[in-house]
Amino acid sequence: MIDRHLVTLTVNGREHELLLESRKTLADTLREDLGLTGTHLGCEHGICGACTVLLDGEPVRACLVFGVQADGAEVRTVESLAEEGGELNDLQQSFSRNHGLQCGFCTPGFLMLAEAYLDTDPVGDAEEVREVVSANLCRCTGYQGIVDAVVEVAAARKEQRQA
Amino acid sequence: MTASTAKPQRWVGNRLPRREDPRMLRGAGRFVDDIADPHAYHATFVRSPIAAGRIASIDASEALAMPGVHAVLTAADLGYPQLTAALERAEFVATQMPLLAYDRVRYASEPVAIVVAESRYLAEDAAEAVLCEFDETQAVLSIRDVTDGGRALHDEAPDGVLVDLQMFSDDLLGEALDRAPVVLEETISSGRVMAAPMEARACHAQPDARDDQLVLHVSTQVPHQVRSGVAQALGLPERRVRVIAPDVGGGFGLKCVVGREEVVVAAVAEQLGHSVRWSEDRQENLTAAFHGREQEYLVRAGFDSDGTLIGVDADIRCNIGAYSVYPFSCGVEPLMAATELPGVYKVGRYAARARGVATNKPPTAPYRGVSRPQIVLVMERLMDKAAKQLDIDRVEIRRRNTIHADEFPYTGPNGITYEPGSYVESLDRLVDEIGKAGWWERRAATADGVLRGIGIANFSERTAYGTPTMGMRKMQMTPGFEVSHVRMDPTGEVTVTSGTCGHGQGHETTFAQIVADRLGISPDRVKLRQGDTDLVSFGWGTFGSRSLVIGGGSAAVAARRLADKIRKVAGELLEADPADIDLVDGHAEVRGAPDAHVSIEQIAATVHFRAHELREHDEQLLEARGAADPPGMFSNAAHAALVEVDPGTGDARVVDYIVVEDCGVVINPTIVDGQVRGGVAQGIASALYEELVYSPEGQPLAGTFMDYLVPTASEIPPIAVHHLETPCDQTETGAKGMGEGGTIGAPATVVSALNDALRAYGADIDHVPVRPADLLTLFKEHRLHTPREAS
Repeated sequence: MIDRHLVTLTVNGREHELLLESRKTLADTLREDLGLTGTHLGCEHGICGACTVLLDGEPVRACLVFGVQADGAEVRTVESLAEEGGELNDLQQSFSRNHGLQCGFCTPGFLMLAEAYLDTDPVGDAEEVREVVSANLCRCTGYQGIVDAVVEVAAARKEQRQA
Repeated sequence: MTASTAKPQRWVGNRLPRREDPRMLRGAGRFVDDIADPHAYHATFVRSPIAAGRIASIDASEALAMPGVHAVLTAADLGYPQLTAALERAEFVATQMPLLAYDRVRYASEPVAIVVAESRYLAEDAAEAVLCEFDETQAVLSIRDVTDGGRALHDEAPDGVLVDLQMFSDDLLGEALDRAPVVLEETISSGRVMAAPMEARACHAQPDARDDQLVLHVSTQVPHQVRSGVAQALGLPERRVRVIAPDVGGGFGLKCVVGREEVVVAAVAEQLGHSVRWSEDRQENLTAAFHGREQEYLVRAGFDSDGTLIGVDADIRCNIGAYSVYPFSCGVEPLMAATELPGVYKVGRYAARARGVATNKPPTAPYRGVSRPQIVLVMERLMDKAAKQLDIDRVEIRRRNTIHADEFPYTGPNGITYEPGSYVESLDRLVDEIGKAGWWERRAATADGVLRGIGIANFSERTAYGTPTMGMRKMQMTPGFEVSHVRMDPTGEVTVTSGTCGHGQGHETTFAQIVADRLGISPDRVKLRQGDTDLVSFGWGTFGSRSLVIGGGSAAVAARRLADKIRKVAGELLEADPADIDLVDGHAEVRGAPDAHVSIEQIAATVHFRAHELREHDEQLLEARGAADPPGMFSNAAHAALVEVDPGTGDARVVDYIVVEDCGVVINPTIVDGQVRGGVAQGIASALYEELVYSPEGQPLAGTFMDYLVPTASEIPPIAVHHLETPCDQTETGAKGMGEGGTIGAPATVVSALNDALRAYGADIDHVPVRPADLLTLFKEHRLHTPREAS
């Protein structure tokens, strides 16, 4: 009754071969098969965005993607942002500096959402950032710290690009 | 940028970055569902599809035949476990909450069986294959259904009322109100909402043969209370249950009570002798976890012609859902409302009746603010209405009725004594800030057709309810105190334990600041351990704006005692009087002779490894215990909102927000700002967006985040926070609690702003949430009743 498929996933630069039940979500695959528990599940119906990861560079809800659909794709999760045991990246540091997290459950999703946005060389003002981060839900912060954190990094990265 | 690069005199008051952040930002937090246990069974619940009725049959044979299914268990299989929460009051009717419903079901989504299988996918398949038959009866849903003589949910309470409290009766009140120049008779109500933390509930239960324990990882604010609940329901000594709250993804009260599902998972793990895990999905969370705030206030209030309040008579009705929640009971909302309704105001005479009525909806828990968002809405509506009738400025009428600085300590007709706060000062400061922010000019702008209004609210928030205050509720189990241990290891590093259980409030940071100041070391060297009933002797957990005051207060006492011990050792090593030793910058030094010093590391190493060098060591180790149990103290705040309403669509938005708050000594301003902003967001949510709507049959209509509208960054405006500081002399740190204030003030502020924005339409909105449809109705009625002007 259970059909399984052999898929190849490249996650955070490492290639994995996995035997996956066709209905298993990408989120459960990352969490259960690869032990990458930084990707959190807040609603499992695609609204809250806590499970946001990058699939070939684009932000997706990992609860709405099946693991088999990611066959051959590159996946990036929150675990890729800082070097293992190394310093936090600029966005992570900015989240801390601006108090962009409290309980921390939604945070990985916001970080991945913001990483994808920042990669587009955006305008990066507060209005645009507010619009972008409205894709995800946070219940603790009231969002201001999240907006401030992303705005700050957008400006810093723009400066770096121009330098 | 590490914390130790700067060396202020005091760490308290510093915007120290949070110690919790790095692991969360790396995705290395450890939430219940992150715990690796590849062999655990997965549980899911079979839930009632109807709101009310009798269970005719449950047939699990098909489910049990499915491969990978280990068990399907009903209440009978588990020995009918139940939890009972009770108040020791004659006006309270104790009712049982069965952990799994067995004869009657009392709300849609109530659990009737648990399925245990190899994976969650299989468990959910099997749950669908469990065939249940019900004899459906008509659901009792609203407060009026009960007060108008509805059917009873519990045989013990035939009138459907589980608690009925007449408080502060005043024989002269009625007459005083009859004679008052202005009498307001109002009905003010609020819709059913829920905390909806981003991490829903979760429990992982694992039998441990070596320690003869059942080890539970639970997403909870109150690990010791969960331990008690499990021990009581399963008939186990508490020692046999170890509850660990790892990282918890938000709680807001939903996790400060014991959920029946958590206890069932524990019972099943115990029965099967195998680890079992359960993670609530969002639909379950919205339809079967704890709700709150569905209340109605029938209020009669009298004002003198100068705007002075003469008296308030309140009839308070709380829809508490199907069961009394353990351990707080369904008395939590009615008691809070009746006791604290007057708030910052001198109400003159006061009486209140408060009822909790049972309906076929999920039980309610103390959601952030507990009745205070509603009582503030009531008092602020009364102020705005009286101001309008008497043509007095809205701020001025509040100022006239507010308890003034020279009146503290003030004892109100509700029997509460208010310690000093900045009630009038915060209001005045708010008015200043509104002016500076240019809101009055923005309010006057009409060229774009958008309707704009400014709302204000002034309120207090009783926090840190210790045993003396909690005891007055007459709960069977009375929370209140906290005990903390502080110990220094041989390397001079410090571990603090507390029975409070932070889950986003930054306790690892603020507790470290408090302890570091007393030991003269960097907070980098202080680690808070919390949320483990085996690690922490006892404690009540995190709720009711208590943790920093009671938990942090007990840590401060313990750290002070440890500092005395360190001084004693240093005195011996430096041949000085311990009273002359200062602990600064990681050293013990002789006051006035800074060259005579010894490092904390050296002291710690000497005590542990070279005790033979010490003449006096009456207690061998560097550890101390502290306790705190304050009476409960009042923070206060004044809020202002600027709203915009689109007259075409009825869309209302809060576009700017100002908070002036006073929580006494601020330990970490960044964290206080964050708590305020997050709280305001939840208050705006319940004012404009969120409601758990039910069909007439009792079916939940908000089962996803598409229907239950948790606001996004587009709906929550920037929130400016200004601090006043009235230090509290009843707490070790001078701090008052402040976790709930944002949520408490925002609904009243937003409603005040909406009524102001719609002043030309004669708006008199007395309920939350206010939906676009409500405003379109208002516009329509206004058009119907207003003669067209000749153009």
